[in-house]
Amino acid sequence: MFSSFMTNAWIVGTVVALLAGATGFFVVLRGSSFAAHAVPNGAFAGAAGATLVGIAPLWGMVSFAVAAALGIGASRRHRSDVVTAMALVVMLALGAAFLSLSAAYEPQVDALLFGEILGISSTSMAPVFAVSIVCALALAVMYRPLVYDATAADLARSRGVNPTLLEMGFLVTMALGAALTVPVVGALLSFSLTVGPPAAARLVTRRPASALGLSMVLSVLTLWTSIAASYQTNLPVGFFVGVLSALVYVVLRVGTRGRARGA
Amino acid sequence: MHWLFEPGLWSNAAVRTGVGVGVVVAVVSALVGVVTVLRSQSFAGHALADVATAGGAGAGVVGASPLAGFVAGALLGAGALEAIGVERVRQRDVATGVVLGAATGLSALFLYLITLNSSSTGSTQLILFGSLFSVSNATVAAVMVLGVLVGLALAYLGRPLLFAAVSPDAARARGVAVARVSVLYALVLAVTVGLSAIVIGSVLSTALLIGPPAAALRVRRRMSTTFVLAAALGSLAVTLGVVISYDSFYWWPSHRALPVSFCVVLVVVLELVAVTIGRRARGDARARG
Repeated sequence: MFSSFMTNAWIVGTVVALLAGATGFFVVLRGSSFAAHAVPNGAFAGAAGATLVGIAPLWGMVSFAVAAALGIGASRRHRSDVVTAMALVVMLALGAAFLSLSAAYEPQVDALLFGEILGISSTSMAPVFAVSIVCALALAVMYRPLVYDATAADLARSRGVNPTLLEMGFLVTMALGAALTVPVVGALLSFSLTVGPPAAARLVTRRPASALGLSMVLSVLTLWTSIAASYQTNLPVGFFVGVLSALVYVVLRVGTRGRARGA
Repeated sequence: MHWLFEPGLWSNAAVRTGVGVGVVVAVVSALVGVVTVLRSQSFAGHALADVATAGGAGAGVVGASPLAGFVAGALLGAGALEAIGVERVRQRDVATGVVLGAATGLSALFLYLITLNSSSTGSTQLILFGSLFSVSNATVAAVMVLGVLVGLALAYLGRPLLFAAVSPDAARARGVAVARVSVLYALVLAVTVGLSAIVIGSVLSTALLIGPPAAALRVRRRMSTTFVLAAALGSLAVTLGVVISYDSFYWWPSHRALPVSFCVVLVVVLELVAVTIGRRARGDARARG
């Protein structure tokens, strides 16, 4: 399980989980789960498109995920859930079209949708680190405005926070992160990691800083357990990520119920 | 019309069945979707489609009827959403996310098990993206029956639903059982999404549920007109989508047709764009007039 070909999986998995836990904290805080679900599907379409034209999948994923994020962010004035739904559908349809035109093999498609953590080569690690650092810095810079905007929007505006610009910045950061997460846990499952552990963390503590930290810890634990379980059972890692993420939330929800009533 | 309808289009039985079933699903989705859009429940509608996939894939593993799997999955998903608590708006987003995340995990497992147990390929893409042309006759019959049932339920629920969607407090004051109406509507939505998931694929069923109603609502007419317009736009999207997909087989020397789901989504997006441009133009004319 800790043999040399697994080393990359553990390292990249940990980085991705930390990033997903951090991004997810803001996703849950701002109630933007739907966008967090839609944007990784842009990465899916991008990877499929990159395969079709024969460029590196990472660039396809980054550009399509960012395009999806900009599309969702730009139309915040309208019914944002409708726009998000349409962005999601368009990206998936494009992905399906690219795949059928390039006649990709099914295992490749499954890997994109549900992840293939064992397939991470050492050459693909450098971009993962680079993009992770960029995302972490962006989140650090936006931390205060994002928390203000979610908890006291009026106060944030009076302090000169531009909500549209902030939303854009956050969505683009989310898109960059998604482009990393998709090859590891898949387009459909990167979302599970972004919502389950952070939502669970918010149940335990309301203080932003500790919720953020706990969210990252839970996210890493979820992914580590999933990799280990997937290695032992040969079942897809996405299954464990999806089910464990939800389980963490449900267990903590039941566990904290008595406390919430008492308070 | 040969430039539009390639030879043999309408004499193909699979195409005729596909268009017929597709139009039924499109009409039902559009009618239910008007309420979904008004209640800002696009995310729940989409999540139910993914939960339905898990059900469909699960049915594939145990060898049960896919339609039963899709509908059962969607109903279970609606139940899980209600259990976690969709009634509080702040929690709704997270609850939907958690249910959706768990369901995709299960899909991953079921689809993996299917590929282990069968030699046939393409099951993942078939379940996720669907294909109108591979709908079985039994499914056609079941879709028709369920479609009529959903239509009747919607006719019965319509007024209180719209009232509750537009103004929950006023509806409650007038004696509408808002909570019960919401639960019944969740059931209707679940069955609808299960239906459309099996026809154009669970992932893209969202297109028919949200796209045409959103376009129809932008036109801003009387409510009854909105419902009719949404149904018409949905049917048009499916029909044109099938035609384009069929024609695209002849566009490239490689003879790789564009997937139906892509073509349907393309038409839906064009409809939305056209309606938006039309509204702007009308708005400008009114402002000048």
